Amino acid sequence: MILSRTLLRRHSVLPGFDIALGFTLLYISLIVLIPLSAAFLKSFTLTWPQFWEAVSSPRVVASYRLTFGASFGAALINAVFGLLVAWVLVRYSFPGRRLVDALVDLPFALPTAVAGIALTAIYAHNGWIGQWLPFKVSFTPLGVFVALTFIGLPFVVRTVQPVLEDLHKELEEAAATLGASRWQTFSRVILPILMPALLTGFALAFARALGEYGSVIFIAGNMPMVSEITPLLIITKLEQYDYAGATAIAVVMLVMSFVMLLCINLLQAWTRKRQGK
Amino acid sequence: MSSATLPLNSRTDAAVPPPDARSATQEARWVQWTLIGVALLFLTLFLFVPLVTVFVEAFKKGVDVYLAAITDDDAVSAIKLTLLAAGISVPLNLVFGIAAAWAIAKFDFRGKNLLLTLIDLPFSVSPVIAGLIYVLVFGLQGWFGEWLRDHDLKIIFAVPGIVLATVFVTFPFIARELIPLMQAQGQEQEEAARVLGASGWQIFWRVTLPNVKWALLYGVILCNARAMGEFGAVSVVSGHIRGETNTMPLHIEILYNEYQFAAAFAVASLLAGLALVTLVLKFIVEQRMKRDIQLAGESA
Repeated sequence: MILSRTLLRRHSVLPGFDIALGFTLLYISLIVLIPLSAAFLKSFTLTWPQFWEAVSSPRVVASYRLTFGASFGAALINAVFGLLVAWVLVRYSFPGRRLVDALVDLPFALPTAVAGIALTAIYAHNGWIGQWLPFKVSFTPLGVFVALTFIGLPFVVRTVQPVLEDLHKELEEAAATLGASRWQTFSRVILPILMPALLTGFALAFARALGEYGSVIFIAGNMPMVSEITPLLIITKLEQYDYAGATAIAVVMLVMSFVMLLCINLLQAWTRKRQGK
Repeated sequence: MSSATLPLNSRTDAAVPPPDARSATQEARWVQWTLIGVALLFLTLFLFVPLVTVFVEAFKKGVDVYLAAITDDDAVSAIKLTLLAAGISVPLNLVFGIAAAWAIAKFDFRGKNLLLTLIDLPFSVSPVIAGLIYVLVFGLQGWFGEWLRDHDLKIIFAVPGIVLATVFVTFPFIARELIPLMQAQGQEQEEAARVLGASGWQIFWRVTLPNVKWALLYGVILCNARAMGEFGAVSVVSGHIRGETNTMPLHIEILYNEYQFAAAFAVASLLAGLALVTLVLKFIVEQRMKRDIQLAGESA
């Protein structure tokens, strides 16, 4: 009753608002908000210099650099190849197209631990692919990049694909009539239309990669200062019963995630506006 | 993730051109085949080879080793725990998803956008942090740690913690499939039913649910896949007690770290099989949703 009287903007004949919203708020508070606030409150038990030391020691900074660098690189590769895959799936017909289309979602469905051990085996020095490469992949920072590329793969494809399907052929025909080459049409007409969706996909893949743990720890080798990602460092601190230290790093990561979430929301709003929906 | 929530317009196929003529909006044949080749090479390296590897490695030492690995006592208890965690967290998130979608899609209230952002929040939190926050609340040094110890209750390093962590990471799946669809459908049908004298439950079962059943199923499929496969969050709260608090992904990790590769891949192959079943079900449900949208378009 209180909820409907204070929050409803417009009276509705439909029943169930109080109980539905009441349950939603209770559930979201118990599962998400209260536990998340525990992280912030725990970090307040540290003084500012203690907090700063916990989040800026050389080992932690090295882990930020690896996590951000590898996530950015993987998201970038996924932006390029995701666009290509989306293009090929929408524009061309070839045998097995529908099967390939369905399999693109594999990284969403395959548990990260399974992906982790499989990628490690393939890219090890005696693995199917690793043996042909002149450099090491498994147990190096490059391995981190490979794992993050795998888990981020569907994001760009799935954000670009529907926009590409909706694209009006007339625009391309007009460009061709005005004498544009196929490449000019792509880079000056099609790509700008796809840009908001492409950036959204990039941001989603990047955000997912920042927090990824399961697929990375098997392939990374986890050497401090070299191939240790930030989420692993949180676990290491927890295992040493350094709860405050672990939480301080977690708070830094949470703030990063919230900034990414904000960016993604803005990008999605931009995509919708561009599509006129 | 939002593939299902985006409009599923059918492709606008152009008329088939004569075999050797190329329209002005098509690339040359060799360009087409090069692009297809590069895309398939990329997908092969990063998707298909890892998938095939799981099964090849699983059977590398023979069927006997495979069967022994998946019928081992610890493996069976891990399978049971994984099923239990998914069996609890999926229904919980289903009820939440329906409640949230009903409130958000059928009513106009203040703070709706904030609520929508909060529902998506668990997707942007690292799984490791999802585990950590429950340790901070229920762990021995946490808010309720002493109280729980005094009452002889265990949440962290026990099954309840695993369930909680699983609920957290799978929290938005069903809600985010239902909300956009129910928003797009509006509330006229429900209002008409109400005016004709239907009760709240009647409206839900006879009007709303039939309209969203495929999206609901879609959310459940994705939610279940993630619940069974979650690793990071569960790893933090599990304590890795063999036969007690090990889920399948954690069991894989233990086997792998003990260099029992064939056994690790054997258990992994079960989860990979689950992933394939998930993709097939997802594909079928997507086809159904597309058909429903087309039918709705024709009758309108």
